[in-house]
Amino acid sequence: MGRTATLAAWRPDPGNPKQQVAMLVDTTECIGCKACEVACKQWNQNEYRINQELGTYQSHPSLDAQTWTLIKFIEREDEDGVNQWLMQKHNCMHCSEAGCVTACPTDALHYGDYGVVTLDQEKCIGCAYCEPACPFDAIHVDKSAFRQTAQKAGKCTLCFDRISNAMQPACVSTCPTDCIKYGDRGELLKWAYARVEQLKAMGYANANVYGDKELGGLHELYVLLEKPEVYGLPVNPTLSKRLTFWKYGLQPVGKAILGAALFGMVINWFAARRTFKGGHGPGEEAEAPASLHD
Amino acid sequence: MPGLGTSFGRGAMTTSFWDIPNADVVVFMGSNAAENHPISFKWFLRAKQKGAKIIVVDPRFTRTASKADMWLPFRSGSDIAVLGGLINYAITHNKIHRDYVVKYTNASLLVNPNFKFEEGLFSGWDAQTKKYNQATWSFQTGPDGALLRDDTLTNPATVYQHIKRIYGEYTSERVSEISGISVEDFNKFAEIVTSTGQAGKSAVFAYAMGWTQHTKGVQNIRCSTLLQMLLGNVGVPGGGIAALRGHANVQGATDLAVLYHDLPGYLGQPTEAHKTLAEFLDKTTTKQSYWINKPKFMVSLLKAWYGKAATKANDFAYDYIPKMAGNATYSHYDIFQSVLDGKVEGLLCMGQNPAVGSANAKKVHAALAKLKWLVHVDLFDNETGEFWKLDGMDASAIDTEIFFLPAAGPLEKEGSFTNSHRLLQWKHKAIEPLGESRSDGWYINELGKRLKKLYASSTAAKDAPIRDLVWEYDHPEHPDDFDHLKVLKEINGYDMTTGKPVAGFGALKDDGTTACGCWIYSGVYPEEGVNKADARKRGAPNREDGWTEAKKDGSADYLHLGWAFAWPANRRILYNRASADPQGKTWGKVPLVWWDDAGKKWAGCDVPDMLPVEPGKVHAAGVPGDTPFIMKAQGMGGIWGPLADGPLPVHYEPVESPIQNPLYKQSTVPNARTFGSEHDKFGTTAEFPYVVTTYRLTEHQTSGVMTRTLGFLAEAFARPFVEISRELAQEQGIRNGGLVEVSSARGKVKVQAMVTNRVKPLKMGAKLVHVIGLPIHWGPKSGHVQGDIANTLTPQAIDVNVQIQESKVFLGNVKKA
Amino acid sequence: MQVNRREFLKLSGVSAAGAAVVLFADERKALAQDLKEHRITKAKEVPTVCPHCSVGCGMIAYVKEGELLQLEGNPDSPISEGSLCPKGAASMQFAYDAVGKANPLRQLKAKYRKPGATAWEEIDLEKALDMIAERVKETRDKSFVATNKDGLTVNRNEGLAHLGSACIDNEECYLVTKLMRSLGVVYLEHHARI
Repeated sequence: MGRTATLAAWRPDPGNPKQQVAMLVDTTECIGCKACEVACKQWNQNEYRINQELGTYQSHPSLDAQTWTLIKFIEREDEDGVNQWLMQKHNCMHCSEAGCVTACPTDALHYGDYGVVTLDQEKCIGCAYCEPACPFDAIHVDKSAFRQTAQKAGKCTLCFDRISNAMQPACVSTCPTDCIKYGDRGELLKWAYARVEQLKAMGYANANVYGDKELGGLHELYVLLEKPEVYGLPVNPTLSKRLTFWKYGLQPVGKAILGAALFGMVINWFAARRTFKGGHGPGEEAEAPASLHD
Repeated sequence: MPGLGTSFGRGAMTTSFWDIPNADVVVFMGSNAAENHPISFKWFLRAKQKGAKIIVVDPRFTRTASKADMWLPFRSGSDIAVLGGLINYAITHNKIHRDYVVKYTNASLLVNPNFKFEEGLFSGWDAQTKKYNQATWSFQTGPDGALLRDDTLTNPATVYQHIKRIYGEYTSERVSEISGISVEDFNKFAEIVTSTGQAGKSAVFAYAMGWTQHTKGVQNIRCSTLLQMLLGNVGVPGGGIAALRGHANVQGATDLAVLYHDLPGYLGQPTEAHKTLAEFLDKTTTKQSYWINKPKFMVSLLKAWYGKAATKANDFAYDYIPKMAGNATYSHYDIFQSVLDGKVEGLLCMGQNPAVGSANAKKVHAALAKLKWLVHVDLFDNETGEFWKLDGMDASAIDTEIFFLPAAGPLEKEGSFTNSHRLLQWKHKAIEPLGESRSDGWYINELGKRLKKLYASSTAAKDAPIRDLVWEYDHPEHPDDFDHLKVLKEINGYDMTTGKPVAGFGALKDDGTTACGCWIYSGVYPEEGVNKADARKRGAPNREDGWTEAKKDGSADYLHLGWAFAWPANRRILYNRASADPQGKTWGKVPLVWWDDAGKKWAGCDVPDMLPVEPGKVHAAGVPGDTPFIMKAQGMGGIWGPLADGPLPVHYEPVESPIQNPLYKQSTVPNARTFGSEHDKFGTTAEFPYVVTTYRLTEHQTSGVMTRTLGFLAEAFARPFVEISRELAQEQGIRNGGLVEVSSARGKVKVQAMVTNRVKPLKMGAKLVHVIGLPIHWGPKSGHVQGDIANTLTPQAIDVNVQIQESKVFLGNVKKA
Repeated sequence: MQVNRREFLKLSGVSAAGAAVVLFADERKALAQDLKEHRITKAKEVPTVCPHCSVGCGMIAYVKEGELLQLEGNPDSPISEGSLCPKGAASMQFAYDAVGKANPLRQLKAKYRKPGATAWEEIDLEKALDMIAERVKETRDKSFVATNKDGLTVNRNEGLAHLGSACIDNEECYLVTKLMRSLGVVYLEHHARI
C-alpha cells in the first residue's frame, strides 16, 4: 500500500465528521530525510529556529511551538550486534483520550472532526498546562523571551485545513519513500498488522504496531521494528485521575461560578505570573509538575 | 563520464529510475541514494519490496545502509580490489553470462601478443614522460584487416583470458586484506551479486561521487562495467549502471559541453593535432559504429554557431573554434594553477562556489586573490565572491576587481534541466525575478551582444568568430529575459533553408543545409511550437499503490515514453537491444525490445536502441544486427578499453594511503596528476594516521550556498561535524559533541565530533585502520549557519583521464581541540 | 492507453491533491466544522523541476496574482509522484522565507568591489555589464594565441576562464559554450569535474 490509489486520493467523508482518520508511519521505510519537517513548516508557515544539539543528526532537541514534527534518530545494535539506525517521525498523536485536552482550561484544545485533536489559537491563553499533560511531549508553548505576552501553544494539526479540503497532510504528501501514510484509521490498522506479520516473517521478531489501543487509540500509528521503549515511546500510557478530575470536576465548577471568560482570565493571570517570575527561560524544559501527570 | 563511454559508448547512466524495481540485486557503492538522491530511493525501495537484495558497500553506515539487507564497511579507495574480487569470483565460480559475454562484448577478441601486465604496469610505460605508449594494447587483425576472435574464449590472447589472469590474483583473502571486508562477508556478497550472471536475472550498481572522486575514478566505474558485462546485466531490465549525478543539471551541462575537452553532444574539442575539419573527424570518429555520422553533427554545430559564415570552402569555419595545445589540460584545477602561474587573469564564475567546493580550498583562495578581475553570478553572497573577507585575507592588499551580478532564482525562470537518467524536463516560470535579478542566460546574452558590438568594427581575423557569431536571442516581448524556446530550437536543430525544426538527428546533413546545437538533443523540439521537454503524458498506473510496473507481455508503458524527452531519440534504457538474445528474442524477465519478425523491425516498450538491421545481418554503418552497443565499433561492449592509465582497471592505492599496494610494486596510479605548487603538500601516516573521507548529507547541497541560505535547511542540519568510531574516540579521549581539530597536510578545521557506531575500525589483515568522515557543506561566510571549510583538507591529486580530485580518501588526524 | 495521472485518478472515482481543492469546493459546506479557505485555493499551478540534485523531481508552484504562495511536489510527475526531499521541499525559500517575506539573504542588486576595497559598493546593472564586456575584451586581446609555432590557427584565449554551471538550464549552458568557445576560451568548466 503506498500513497496513490488508496491513500493520496483518499479523503474523509465530508458528511461524516465522526469518521476516524489517521497517519501511519512505517518506520522500516523511513530514511530520516526530514522532508516531513520542512514540508510541515512550509505549509504551516512556521519559523525556522536553529537549535540543533551537538553530536546528533536530529534537527531539534524536541518538538516546540514552531516545530510540529521531528525525526528522532536512534543508534544502537540489535541483539546480534548488527547496526541499527532507527528513525521515527514524532508529532502530536491525536489521542482519543488526550492529556492536553483534559488539561486545557479554555477548551482551546478539543476533540475535532475525524478524531483530530484541534487547537484553537484564538482561545489559547498560553498557560502551558497542556505541556506536562502530554505523555508524548508533543505540544509546546512558545517560550521565546520576546513573545512573552503573545505566547501560544503549537502542535501538529494533522493539516486539518488540507485534509478537509481533500488534500493529504503536508508531511504525507512530500514523503520520499511513502512511509507516511494517511487514510481511514481502521484501514491503516489492518495494513499495519499485515506489515508487521510480513516483517516477522523476514526475521524481525520485535516488529509491532503502536497506537492501536494506547489512550483510547491514537490517530498517529506506527509500524515499529523494535519495542516502543527503544524509541522512547511510553508503554501503556494513561492519564492521571487528578488530570481528569481537573477537567471534568473542577473546571465546570470554576466556570459556573466565575463565568467562562473570567475563569480564563484568572488562569491566564496565574500562567503569566509564572512566566514573568522566571518560570521557564527560553529553551528550558518545563519542570514536569508531578501533580498533573502520573 | 569516460568510464561508461569507454565501455558502452555513451557517458551516461544506462538505465532509468523506473526500471530499478526490476532488479534482483541492488549494489550501492560510491553512492548514498537515501541521503543524496532521496526520491530515487523510492525506486530502489520498490525493488526491495519486490524481493531484491540491497547491499551497501560504504565506509559509513549511512541512511541508505539503514534500509539495506547488508552493509559492508570497507576502506575508501579499495573499490577496484572489491570489484576485481567479484570478477574473479564470477569467473572462478562459473557465474558469467557466457552468451552475452561472447556475442555482445569484445571479450573474445585477441589482444596484441606483445601486451603485458607486470607489477602494476601495463606494457608501453615510459617512466620518463610518465605516459603509456598504447601500441601493444591493440587487437590482432587478420590479413583482411578483420579483428581476430575466439568465441571459445580459450585462446590465451583473448581479452577474457587476460582478465581471468589479472583478476585471478583478486582472491577473497586478498580483497579482505586490502579492503577490510571479512572473507566471509565478501563471499556472501559475491554469491548474491554473481547469482545474476544468467538470463532473466539482473543487478544494478548505483554510484555517484564515491567512485568519481579518486585518482582512479574512471577505472572504478570501468571495473563495475566489466563486472556488469560479464554478468550480462547491461541493457536488460533491472540492470545497468545507475550513475547518480550531483547537481540538477550536471548531465545537461556535460551534454552541452561546458567542459574544456568537449563540444556539445560529445563531439570532442579539437587539438593542434587536428589541423583540418577532415582530420579532426577522421581521427576522432569511432569506425564501424553509429559515430560514422559524426560529420553531419559537427557541420550542423558549426552552422548553428556561425551561420552563413560557415561554408564548405572555409571548412565550415572549423578554425574559429579554439584548438587545445598538444596534451595540455584546462580542467577545473588547471584553472587555479594557471591563475597562480600568472596565465589566467579573468574569471567568469556562474552559480558555483569553488572557494568552498573545490579541493585544497586554501590554494583556491590564494588563486582568487591573484585574479585581475572576477565576475560572480549567484543568488546569494558566497565565499567565492567574498573570498577577500575570509580570515587571513588582507582585503586592502588584494587587487582583484569583482563584479557581483544577482541571479534569478529557480522559480523565477523557464528552461530545461536534464536529469540523471537523461530526461530533459521543462520548467515554467512561476514568478518574476526578484529585485534586479536576471537569469544567467540573460547575462550571457547581454555579454555576447556587448562583445559583438565591441568587436563590430574590427577587421582582424582573430575576431571573426565573434563578428560572425549567430547571436540573436532577445526575447520578443520581455527585455529582461532571453528567448528560451529559440535557443531550444537551435539546440534541436533546424533546416537552414526553411528555418523549420528538424524531427531528429537522422535529418542532419554534412553539406551545410542543417544547423544543430547539440545533436543528441535533436528531437526535443521536432516541430514549431512542440516542446517535448514539456510533454506530460505519463504511463497509466497499473498497481494499486499507483505506480506503473513492467509487465511480462510488454504492454505497460512503465518507462513513461510520453513524459518529457530522453536523449538520444527518447530512448529510456540505453543499449536495450541487449534485453533480447542475439536472435532478437526477449531473454530478460520482462521484455524491453525485440525483433518483430513479421514487421521486419525492432519493436518494444522502449524506443529500440538499435540500428534498423535484422539479427544476423550487418548495417551499412558496420554494426551487426546482433550486437547492442551501437556507438562502439561493431556494436561490441568494451571490456577491453584503452584509457590513459591502462586498458583494464587494476587496484592502485590512493595518493595518500595508509599502506603500500599489497598487489603490485607500482603502488599508486603511475600517471596520477599533482601540481607541485607551495600549496600542494602531501602527508604520511606518521603524522596523519587515519583515512579521511568526505561526503554530502540529505539536508545540504555541496558548498551549501543553495541550502545553508534556506532557513528550513539551515535548521535541519546546522553545524559541521566529523564522524568517528567509538574506538577511535576512546583512544583520543574525544566525547560526542565535543570540539575537535581535524587536520591533513593541507590544513586544519575545527568541527564537532560525532562519535558513532556507524563508523568502525577496519581489520585489514593484521592491521587496524581507522576511517573518519567529514561532510563538505559548510563555509565561514554564506548562509544562516556557518562552519570551517572541509575542503581545506582535501588534496588536488587528480585522475589522469578526467582530472577529478581525490577527495574521497586522504590521510588525516583528529584530536581534541 | 496513456492517461495523465490525475485523469486516471478521476476516472477511478478519486482525486489527487491539487485538483481536489476545486473539485470538492462545494462539499466543504457539508462539513460539521467551519472551514477557512486556505491560501492556495484557486491559485494557479505552475509546474517546474527541483533545482537541487539530478533526480529531476516535479514541483508545483502555487501562484496567485504574481505572488508565490506555496511550493509542493507535483503528483503528476512519474519520477517523484508528488514527493520532495527536504531540499526540494524548502525551495520556496529561494525567494520567500514565508508568504510575502523575502529571503533576507538574497542579493537583489549588482555590486562592485574596487581593487583593494574592503567593502562592496553599489553599481548600475547595465554599467556593470558594460565594464565586464570591456574586461573580457581587454583580457582576450592581451592573451590571445592566434596561431601556434607551426603557423596553425589555434584561436586560443588563455587569459580568461569560465566556471559554471550545473545549476543553470540547458539553454543557458548552450549559450555559455557557444559564446565562450567563440571567444577562444579553453579554460571552460562546470561542476562535473569536482
